Amino acid sequence: MSIGEYIRESQVWKSIFRHPAPYDRRNRIVVMLTNFFLHLHPVSIKQQGIALSYTWCMGGITFFLFLVETITGVLLMFYYRPTLEWAFRDILSLRDVQTLGIMREIHRWGAHAMVITVWLHMYRVFLTGSYKPPREFNWVVGVILLVLTLLLSFTGYLLPWDQLAIWAITVGSNMAKATPFLGSEGPGYQLLNVGNYPLITPISDARFLLLGARNVGEETLNRFYILHCVAIPLVVATLIAIHFWRVRKDGGISQPL
Amino acid sequence: MLDTHPDLTSDVIFGLGWLYTILFLMNIGWTLRAYNLKLENKFLSGLAGSHIPSASVWAIYSGVLMMTALAHFTGSSSPESFVVRMPGFLKAGVDWFADPVRYFCLSIGLFVGVVMLRKQLVKPTVAWSLLNLSILFLGLSMTDYDFRLIVGKPDNVPIVGMLFILAFFTWLYFKRAVDNDQRIKDGRPLFEQEKNDKILVWPDLVYSELICMIALTAFLVLWGIALQAPLEEAANAAATPNPSKAPWYFLGLQEMLVYFDPWLAGVVLPSLILVGLAVIPYIDFNKRGNGYYSYEERKFAVLTFLFGFLPLWVAMIVLGTFLRGPNWNVFGIYEYWDVHKLEAANNKNLSDFFWLYWPTGEMLGGMPKYNPQGSAAEMVIAILVREWLGIVLVLGYFMVSPIIMALTVFRKFYVKMGFIRYMIMANLLLWMAALPIKMVLRWTVSLKYIVAIPEYFFNI
Ligand code: HEM
Repeated sequence: MSIGEYIRESQVWKSIFRHPAPYDRRNRIVVMLTNFFLHLHPVSIKQQGIALSYTWCMGGITFFLFLVETITGVLLMFYYRPTLEWAFRDILSLRDVQTLGIMREIHRWGAHAMVITVWLHMYRVFLTGSYKPPREFNWVVGVILLVLTLLLSFTGYLLPWDQLAIWAITVGSNMAKATPFLGSEGPGYQLLNVGNYPLITPISDARFLLLGARNVGEETLNRFYILHCVAIPLVVATLIAIHFWRVRKDGGISQPL
Repeated sequence: MLDTHPDLTSDVIFGLGWLYTILFLMNIGWTLRAYNLKLENKFLSGLAGSHIPSASVWAIYSGVLMMTALAHFTGSSSPESFVVRMPGFLKAGVDWFADPVRYFCLSIGLFVGVVMLRKQLVKPTVAWSLLNLSILFLGLSMTDYDFRLIVGKPDNVPIVGMLFILAFFTWLYFKRAVDNDQRIKDGRPLFEQEKNDKILVWPDLVYSELICMIALTAFLVLWGIALQAPLEEAANAAATPNPSKAPWYFLGLQEMLVYFDPWLAGVVLPSLILVGLAVIPYIDFNKRGNGYYSYEERKFAVLTFLFGFLPLWVAMIVLGTFLRGPNWNVFGIYEYWDVHKLEAANNKNLSDFFWLYWPTGEMLGGMPKYNPQGSAAEMVIAILVREWLGIVLVLGYFMVSPIIMALTVFRKFYVKMGFIRYMIMANLLLWMAALPIKMVLRWTVSLKYIVAIPEYFFNI
């Protein structure tokens, strides 16, 4: 008996994997059904459904990048404090001192890549007409994921707290000031009053809600940190689960009829 | 005298040597392919009157590339006298497009060209030649200081990569679509229907996924080592950079700010883009083209989507990233970012035209005014009178033109879609067209606002 076989025959191995190694057809089917991670997949699939030239693998790559961002992000959180005093310095030390500093590079480039791959995924889904019935709703879930991916990237952009960060966020969030009715410089905000008191002012409008202050400042950093590290990732993870579940329920990757 | 903005340095020349080496190796591979397939260069064969294999042409080209690479490796010690650089007239030619009007026309022209010439473009030789040309263009451009400055910004590098990837996938789409369109015409099965047996996910899919994940991890780590993430000076609320740019993926929206007020460019239009995307499955009633690549079967949908994505989104990002400089002026990719460059902006509102300039202006004797201390109703009426033409035009645009389109170009659509779905589609299309329309109005008659009600921050 080889060492490999010995391990696979052991009680420990069997207790974890619940079935013999996938060497024969039967076990190759069983493994897909009994393993938590693998059961995302069907047991068998049409060849075109996994053809690179058909799916471009862009949905899968986007998901992979989401996982990379999660792991590198958690590691970065160990080294980063979202305060005016420390934020910039912690990033500096990631660059100059910390051994794991390259996590910042991977996290940033992974984020850019994820924005690009999510666009390409949408591009391929559109060009294969895969949003047509019965997959309409999964396309809508996808559009929400697209927005959230951009928001993840946007909120993360602020965290290094350098000139690039605060001005990009300032330019971006200035738009909120112009929200119709809800922004303090938006059309029609004068219409929202209680008696003689205006409801929408620079300290109570949509932009203030986003920034937690009149300008991009410490409150904004805190707000964006929580959105970036906790709130949005949780929503995205949930929606990805729904997205994958619907891919299966809608009949797998789209096919010509 | 030491040049502080040198077009060429030893490092640049040496680095470009590697670029040409890679291009050389790629073309050796291509030469071998042509040799194995025994391809013939029809054009040269016709000229010479005898059989000229493609491989020989590609071999000569590869040889030239190899010499170029060697010249870079050996010549890097004397950058001043190095000859391989972007010629001045080409720079001038490219920079000629550094103007919103010409740039926009160029991107529309490219878009139309790609769609019309799709059958030629999908040929491997054509695609390969274009790839070579674009890499040569990039390589030669790197010999320019200002180009390196803007393209070499760490956050901009991924965008250059994205352009190549996007071009590739657009090409792949057209290749598959042109093929399938022909198959449908000939009554043959679709590409996706051939070789489409059921296979087991273990091992075929799980192993591909594993390989893909390993390759991507390696790729990200290498990228992270090669290119440091940007970090500028610590945040300083008192020092506004010029230009201040949003993150790159929002630069298309920032570009719209040139033509629309923030409430439209920053809030309404982005929301409508998302709503528009989300409702696509519910307004596209065309049942064909589901689950395979095709163009002829769903021309309208594909063209609308590609138009929105390529010229209106990606090209605007490129404009915002690479061409917009200080004071949001447009600069050529080889041009120095001069903070003092002046652009005369003398834009007028439609109400100015009506009350001050056109024959009507002389007849009516000036812009209607209201007493700022007067009642609110008085003010509103005065504003409505002042802006009546713009208001009528905008309402007509969104309410009357759908009806006209339903009676003319979209007759069939209207019948198939029903009133509600048709109105949603028509309005979304009109919103999408609003950007190009406003652009053209700005460029031709310097129009600022069609409806200008600054009193209520309501400008269109
Ligand atoms: C975080 C973002 C996203 C992730 C992780 C993701 C992941 C995936 C994966 C893994 C698939 C399987 C097929 C494939 O890889 O192409 C898929 C399919 C699909 N996705 Fe996404 N996706 C995302 C965003 C989007 C977006 C933005 C859209 C569209 C607006 C979209 C619409 C769809 C649709 C309609 C399918 C079914 C396609 C078919 O059956 O051929 N998804 N997605």
